[in-house]
Amino acid sequence: MKIAARFYIAAILAFLYLPILVMMAMGFNESPLYELPFSFSTRWYQALAGNAPLVNSGINSIWIAVATSIIATVLGTMASVALSRRTFRGKTLLQLMLLPPIAIPWLITGTAMLVFFFYSGIGRGLHALLIGHVALAIPYVVLVVGTGFQTVRADLEEAAMSLGSTPVHAFFSITLPLLYPSILGAALFAFAVSLDQFVISYFLATPGFSTLPVQIYSAIRKGFTPEINAISTILLVGSMAVIVIFALFAKPGGVSDKR
Amino acid sequence: MPLDPANSTQLREPGGSRKPLPPWASTAALLVPTYGWLTLAVFLPLCTMFAFSFLTATPMGKAPIVFTFKQYRAFIDQPYLLGVAWQSLLMGFWTTFFCAVLGFFAALALVRATEGKVRETLLILVLLPFWTNGLVRVFSWTMVLREGGFLDYAIHSVWPGAGSVGFLYTRQAVVVGLVHGYLPYMILTCYIALVTIDNTIVEAASSLGARWWTILWKILLPMAAPGLISGSVLIFVPVIGSFMEPRILGGRVGVTMGTVIEDQFTQAFNWPLGAALSFTMLAVVLGIFATFSGVLRRGTAL
Repeated sequence: MKIAARFYIAAILAFLYLPILVMMAMGFNESPLYELPFSFSTRWYQALAGNAPLVNSGINSIWIAVATSIIATVLGTMASVALSRRTFRGKTLLQLMLLPPIAIPWLITGTAMLVFFFYSGIGRGLHALLIGHVALAIPYVVLVVGTGFQTVRADLEEAAMSLGSTPVHAFFSITLPLLYPSILGAALFAFAVSLDQFVISYFLATPGFSTLPVQIYSAIRKGFTPEINAISTILLVGSMAVIVIFALFAKPGGVSDKR
Repeated sequence: MPLDPANSTQLREPGGSRKPLPPWASTAALLVPTYGWLTLAVFLPLCTMFAFSFLTATPMGKAPIVFTFKQYRAFIDQPYLLGVAWQSLLMGFWTTFFCAVLGFFAALALVRATEGKVRETLLILVLLPFWTNGLVRVFSWTMVLREGGFLDYAIHSVWPGAGSVGFLYTRQAVVVGLVHGYLPYMILTCYIALVTIDNTIVEAASSLGARWWTILWKILLPMAAPGLISGSVLIFVPVIGSFMEPRILGGRVGVTMGTVIEDQFTQAFNWPLGAALSFTMLAVVLGIFATFSGVLRRGTAL
């Protein structure tokens, strides 16, 4: 029974990873038509360097992810302080308001942003993408930092204040250092959310300004070339690295069964 | 965490000259940026789109704005949409079904046949692809499923005379890609439910003579039900709204509610119709969430 179970897990892992590995391998295959047998070549990676739209959109993606990560982490942590440490009316409603960006299909959120930004004069492009990405990342930051708050005792801050510290100073010198792993985890999470976001970006990008997933999508629709495999491999390895770092800083919920 | 004593001298300075803010004001100051941002980026757009769904046409220039309910009659006026909606629901159903079957047993195998570090590593390996780009993973399947792709190559290397089995640009291909994308979700929710089951219950049942299928039906499945249900909801909802997977893997047959809605916004420029279809879908989504809200709350509380 145990052996069968282990074979089954291996089969599931093969199902999850095999297509990705095949895709990566094809980026190193000489043939432009993905013809086998395999012959190793880095020509598609060299071709990438000369593909200005892809390179530029990749740079855009990284900048937007960095900016999203910073803005969402600051705003989300502030909200998390209020939601975790203060009591006030309407708190449940505010907590529920974090769900729509996560739960509503991105297609609906994205098209709604397109409509509203178009008619309100916000338009599309860099700033519109940033507004959208931050909104999607904030709920995750509030949740991750909020989980961190549960492990930091509130009375530490109260003790500091009764000893004459201002609330602000007590927060920055006591709670914030203790929250540091959660906040760093939330920042990486927000970075990953932004880097992988496709649907919202697709509706808010302009021909002149787009992100890497949007460029990859339009390249796929035009026809498959191994260059797509090469850039996809880079994106995949990059986001996996971010997630592995994230996992090292803050154990995502449910992964560890120690609780 | 060492406290720097030099720092503590500066604590009273800012507090002395300024009156401290009342608590409600500082609470508001903490919350306003986040909720202001969400209002601008999510809630106002959703309200605008809701209003849009009652217009006759996309407002352009000086054309008068006329309100109507006709967009919501689209399913009656354009009967082909009913077929599209049915296909989307079927796609959601099959994806959820395969994820539930494969994911439940994968979680069960993880819980019952592995432990400690190995289990933790396997779980991370299962979840890792979930956090990588969905678009790239869908693209990966085109490499496997296309005619002359990896699947054909693997089969031909065993049985050289075989014909092509590549099934890219079919509905089955779309479901395979979606199952690949959402399976980790189901494994995680089922795992969380199964890992809480006390091993002694299973041992007691088997020492009293229960067969494995009795244990499965009477103990494991009922106790994993919250995980199965919340996993199913979390998969079904995004799947019926998907448009990128059907476009890439389904090609011409990959017409779903998602692609129809996308078309209204990017090709047909019929935003009111797209908005009405979006809100119809949103109503379905909210209905599903409302039905299973109790289970979901328990499932995510863990």
